[in-house]
Amino acid sequence: MSARREVAIVSYAQTSFAPHTKLNDAELVMEAVTAALERAQLPRKQIGFCVSGSSDYLTGMPFSFVGALDAVGAWPPIQESHVEMDGAWALYEAWVRLLHGDIDTALVYAFGRSSLGDLQDVLVAQLDPYYLAPLGVDPNSLAALQARALLDTGRASERDFAEVATRCKRTAGGAPLDAPYVVSPLRAHDCPPVNDGAAAIVLAAGDRARALCKRPAWIRGIDHRIEAHSLGARDLTRSSSTTLAAVEAGVHTAPIEIAELHAPYSHQELIVKEALQLGDGVRINPSGGALAANPLMVAGLARIGEAAQQILDDNARRTLGHATSGPCLQQNLVCVMEASS
Amino acid sequence: MNRCAVVGIGQTRHAQKRTDVSIAGLCREAALRALEDAELTFRDIDAVVLGKAPDMFEGIMMPELYLADALGAVGKPMIRVHTAGSVGGSTALVAAHLVQAGVRKRVLAVAFEKQSESDAMWALSPKLPFQPPLMAGAGGYFAPIIRAYMKRSGAPDEVGMLVAVKDRLNALKNPYAHLQMPDITLDTVRASPMLWDPIRYLETCPSSDGACAVVLTDEDGGRRAARKPAWLWGAAMRSEPTMFSGRNLVDPRAGRDCAADLYAQAGITNPRQEIDVAELYVPFSWFEPMWLENLGFAEQNQGWRLTADGVTALDGDLPINPSGGVMSSNPIGASGLLRFAEAALQVRGLAGAHQVDGAKVAMGHAYGGGSQYFAMWIVGSEPR
Amino acid sequence: MSDGGADDKIEIVKGFIAPVRLRYTVNAGRASSRFLRGLTEGRILGQRCPVCHKVNVPPRGACPTCGVPTEEDVQLGEVGTVTTFCIININFDAKARELPYAAASIVLDGADTTLFHLIQEVPVAKVRMGMRVRAVWAAERGPSLESIDHFKPAGEPDAPYDSYKDHL
Repeated sequence: MSARREVAIVSYAQTSFAPHTKLNDAELVMEAVTAALERAQLPRKQIGFCVSGSSDYLTGMPFSFVGALDAVGAWPPIQESHVEMDGAWALYEAWVRLLHGDIDTALVYAFGRSSLGDLQDVLVAQLDPYYLAPLGVDPNSLAALQARALLDTGRASERDFAEVATRCKRTAGGAPLDAPYVVSPLRAHDCPPVNDGAAAIVLAAGDRARALCKRPAWIRGIDHRIEAHSLGARDLTRSSSTTLAAVEAGVHTAPIEIAELHAPYSHQELIVKEALQLGDGVRINPSGGALAANPLMVAGLARIGEAAQQILDDNARRTLGHATSGPCLQQNLVCVMEASS
Repeated sequence: MNRCAVVGIGQTRHAQKRTDVSIAGLCREAALRALEDAELTFRDIDAVVLGKAPDMFEGIMMPELYLADALGAVGKPMIRVHTAGSVGGSTALVAAHLVQAGVRKRVLAVAFEKQSESDAMWALSPKLPFQPPLMAGAGGYFAPIIRAYMKRSGAPDEVGMLVAVKDRLNALKNPYAHLQMPDITLDTVRASPMLWDPIRYLETCPSSDGACAVVLTDEDGGRRAARKPAWLWGAAMRSEPTMFSGRNLVDPRAGRDCAADLYAQAGITNPRQEIDVAELYVPFSWFEPMWLENLGFAEQNQGWRLTADGVTALDGDLPINPSGGVMSSNPIGASGLLRFAEAALQVRGLAGAHQVDGAKVAMGHAYGGGSQYFAMWIVGSEPR
Repeated sequence: MSDGGADDKIEIVKGFIAPVRLRYTVNAGRASSRFLRGLTEGRILGQRCPVCHKVNVPPRGACPTCGVPTEEDVQLGEVGTVTTFCIININFDAKARELPYAAASIVLDGADTTLFHLIQEVPVAKVRMGMRVRAVWAAERGPSLESIDHFKPAGEPDAPYDSYKDHL
């Protein structure tokens, strides 16, 4: 394969990930996009390509992404696309588009207000419509099935889950093992909070990235894979799609210093970490990860943004961002970033 | 940028209700036909791109998750696109981007809609707080735009009916088309109920269950294709906001800009002369003349003359929608991809009874939202 | 596509009902909330863009073409011009209206974008582009565009086409 064009993240911004925002989608996006563009000192009208990620099922309205376009200032008309997925996949689409060589910058954003519906009900709609959704299995229960399977292998304990939760949620006094189960074996500290929010990333290619940013976070590899939907068709204690994406993204060619993993449940961090073969020297989720704040459709993009920010801020030379989608880690994306091009 | 070829095309029979198949079965029907056309299997595919209109049409949030197995995507990258009504077109473009960027060699693009599984009219017009429910469906949004076009252009009332008849007669030559109306005439269209004045019932598209799939490959794949491929000459997308001061809904700038970008890529300076056939997204018959102007096939306010003079008929100089178009089959999420696929079938010479003789350059077009999202491609019988 | 064999003896299941009920709360956001509170008080509020100075109604907190936040509220007149319209002969909704009825895009005096609303107190055949119309408030007002019951003819001469041709 011919040498690929170099593409980097040159800025990242997010709104606060509050339990309940007073803003609508366009207002949330406006805040994140304006901040990301200001950090990159990139005028709106110079963006080459724009792509976003969101889901209608969070707001309960069809075409909810259309209104959010007001925040971008799509005039004169822009080159723009949208994925009904976490914004991490929008970032992938933007990366692909920048490889074409005809444009040099891209804006990626994601937004979601999980507070408007009850996620335990809403996410049931994500399941196989004939065999699973009619049963009404909620996401906490599905995650508990996975956690139980992991415990049964002997590779992890409830104490390990609590340690992940303590680190991510920074709870005073740790996560107590005598707390009641939400769904056994998961306790409240093992489950994600409900959050609203938006995030935005500016990408640039080659010299344009160098001009916009002192220390761009160069994307050295990015890949994503999906697994079977049916829980019975996969080993829930392994994340084979993460492993595959990690190899394709070149995770193992050099040591990773900081990894931001999109693991909404504490046991999922252990599964993803193992799938990525990250050693104990790797700092995991200094941001707190999805256990600290989990705005759906945004949290995956935010992991990549946080991992990139570590390079932009000169805290690390090589970082990893991971995003997940679907029940029990069905689909996973891995993005490796480096300070040097 | 790398070359990209269309080597496989498949679509389902489109019908108001395809109760004989599940959603996965519907998608597989199209995907397997596309793979069969390409003489490939799911094993040969590097990535899958899925497109559909709002999830609420079927009541499944992010259905790509459930469809991963049925579409052979397990262990592969899978992307889900949603850009309103243009989504079928965007799905093809996102798939093409992967090939053009050199990231994947063989990509399967699938788009579908199975509205019979839910209540699409409910999904389109939910009881929103704050707003009086006035529009009564998409027709209520587009009828005032059509009225504005009629006033601006001075086009006779009959033009919308001509398109309605032409597209349904074309559909008789397309075995996959939903509507099969052999007896349709100008009189039956004229006599059909006026739903959203000035739009009559037979001047609107149906609502269909259906799917479409396309296999895209790199240049090497195109050269080695089982059957004659279509070569991608240009691909473009544009968006503009829903509502703003001075917005021209009759002739949206996003459509004009998108076409200009497309023609520049394809080296086309006179689309009326250089494009042999076009599949345009025409959900209400009057959009044929409106898009003819928007896309530069006719001067402003003159598009209706091409329709009235028979230029856009199957045996005309610039056939529009030889497949029968959206007016005859409208599985919303797939409708855009069907336009792109039909354009490719034409330059491959594989369009069967609705083949335009000697078609070498064809255009596929899709739009969505409030005439604000546009996706287009031009394909040729030879690489460019 | 039939697989043949034993499968052909199976009676195919062609459907089953799986009811879904999801409850959502509404959060209109800052700008829309100001607009909706205004309607409750009998005022139609737009917002002016600080860059292009156009007045958007309903306001959405952002100028869609400039991509900047909008803060400045502008109270609009209750009279405006029908830019285009349709006559609806079909009821989609549980709350049936008397058919046919006219719905129109209306550019209010002082605004640069159009509102879509009902035209009444005039036979549908008399509704026309350029017609001047006035808002009629509902007896009971709340945070909804339904606080305006409909628009009726304002009794003014029609506006010339050039004055509204950019609002089609």
